[in-house]
Amino acid sequence: MNSTTEQAPALPEARRVPGPPGGNAAGSGPKKRKRNKVPQQSFRSRLRRDKQMLLMMLPGVAFLLLFFYIPILGNVIAFQDYQPYLGIGDSLWVGWQNFVDLFGNPDFIHAFWNTLYLAAWQLVFLFPVPLVLALIVDSLISTRVRRIFQSIAYLPHFLSWVLVIAFFQQMLGGAGFVNNLLRDWGMDPIPFMTNPETFPVMVVVQMIWKDAGWAMIIFLAALASIDASLYEAAAADGAGRWRRMWHITLPGLRPVIVLLLILRIGDILSVGFEQFILQRDAVGAGAAEVLDTFTYYTGVVGGGWSSGAAAGLAKGVVSALLIYGANKLAHRFGEDGIFAKQVR
Amino acid sequence: MATTLFTKKPRELSYNPKRPVWKEKPSALYQTVKAVVLIVFSLSILTPILLVVSTSLADTEQLVKAGGFVLWPERPTLEAYVTIFKGPMVLQSLGVSMLVTAVGTILALFVTITMAYATSRTVLFGRPVILAVLFTLLFAPGLIPSFLMIRQLGLLDSLWSLILPGIFGAFNFVVMRSFFMNIPGELIESARIDGANDWQILWRIVMPLSKAVIAVVGLFYAVGFWNSFFNALLYINDHSKWPIQLLLRNFVVQGSGAADQLGITTTPPPQSIQMAVVVVALVPILMVYPFLQKHFAKGVITGAVKG
Repeated sequence: MNSTTEQAPALPEARRVPGPPGGNAAGSGPKKRKRNKVPQQSFRSRLRRDKQMLLMMLPGVAFLLLFFYIPILGNVIAFQDYQPYLGIGDSLWVGWQNFVDLFGNPDFIHAFWNTLYLAAWQLVFLFPVPLVLALIVDSLISTRVRRIFQSIAYLPHFLSWVLVIAFFQQMLGGAGFVNNLLRDWGMDPIPFMTNPETFPVMVVVQMIWKDAGWAMIIFLAALASIDASLYEAAAADGAGRWRRMWHITLPGLRPVIVLLLILRIGDILSVGFEQFILQRDAVGAGAAEVLDTFTYYTGVVGGGWSSGAAAGLAKGVVSALLIYGANKLAHRFGEDGIFAKQVR
Repeated sequence: MATTLFTKKPRELSYNPKRPVWKEKPSALYQTVKAVVLIVFSLSILTPILLVVSTSLADTEQLVKAGGFVLWPERPTLEAYVTIFKGPMVLQSLGVSMLVTAVGTILALFVTITMAYATSRTVLFGRPVILAVLFTLLFAPGLIPSFLMIRQLGLLDSLWSLILPGIFGAFNFVVMRSFFMNIPGELIESARIDGANDWQILWRIVMPLSKAVIAVVGLFYAVGFWNSFFNALLYINDHSKWPIQLLLRNFVVQGSGAADQLGITTTPPPQSIQMAVVVVALVPILMVYPFLQKHFAKGVITGAVKG
């Protein structure tokens, strides 16, 4: 403990070597200097010292400003009657009118509920699959079988959604492989890909196919970090496999499970945008319209920039609240959450 | 983040082939259930890939006989591939995708490496500022404002609109930064005392030590650029600038008259032509996958733990 805290100032001390020797004259007299604290230099001398580092940050900062922070500010058009030829400066401000219109719009309400419905499906059925797969893989004794299965299971994560949907169409589509077989056997083809009622199932199956194997990695790592002697001790005390799983494995995985749930919840209103855009034509807007597709078709395709932005902003705000709430909840249960409460 | 998670030294991932003495021998039922789950999952992934590749290689006679799909080409032929490369569209969009991927990956690596290195050493701003910035990156600015930004910059219908929005990824940044933070400070200090400036240190000391992580992050970016389709749908109208994913979407997923759009007259059945385009988009990923797989698990775990 002591040795690590004392090492902390070593770096800045040494960094000052090539710099001007008067660097710390301004900020920190010996009286102010606390034992574990980096000696304070004046802002200007630190600026001079880190000149090149700051220069290095420039491309990244420029990116963040241009494609992240300024677009975030661009959300103000949700409160305007935005006209492209007038621009943000000259468009009329309309206050909350866009939101009022939005919540009176049955299409938006439909997209909103549909998003929640699909999100619930994903949370309930998608989340446990990687966990179960990881438990099975972790229980395998043969390294070779593990390796082979992992290589196969990770692969689809790197395929684009376009490819994934293409694969599903070839397998399950109206003229696809399975339906061809069914016809050969004299049965009626099943409209897997175009039936709006089973669409939520299809969406979840596609997501499992693409990402369940990949999501396994993090569980596997957590499983590997559980102390093996715990299992041995429990077994010696007579705990069977299920008791060991309940009392050792699952508590050991709890922090990861909580963390992944929070990340998932923050992302949950996005449900799977590309997936829906790609299949909206096949199953119809009734089943595949979600907040993101609504934003896209209203704003970019339909030219309703302000209502699109308002829908997007509403979604963003709800997501942010969800992340915040989930993180708070995790802290309450004594977990670290996304960010530990105290920054070291 | 969840630092308590991995404080114990991880047990080796490669297993001891011998079963621990205390572990009971699994019953036949468990063994069967496990085997079935793993085999079904693996087959569900491998079958579509095999089906698509085989169908693209199958000749007309076999395809017609089998009713459109084959699991194994009896007389493999490259006819479908010859046909799609005769028309201009596939070659063009492959060119676009390769260009975007190459330029994008190089730019992305530059931006990510410089940013990660600069923030990994003590600089003007402390850790709280960086954490706060990372936190904001959890949220997306939204579709419409991003679109308006690209339009404002005059990038619509320009390949830059496919490149620039993807040159910085929060996840890759975190992985890179946590790797740089583990490089011993003494190395950097000694170089500084020898008179190297920060750029020289980055280029001569830090980057040679980080080849593995740079390769992984670069591959992640490359896969991302190759796979991205929505940016093209948003920003690109000009058919000659379509990347391969958009082409794929438009005449495989939406199935709109493949042959017409490719500008070719079709002799092999449309099925194998469609499949050939799928394979063309798939092969680059399959080629880099072994490299990816070798390193990614480690990268993902570092990123997730140190975030």
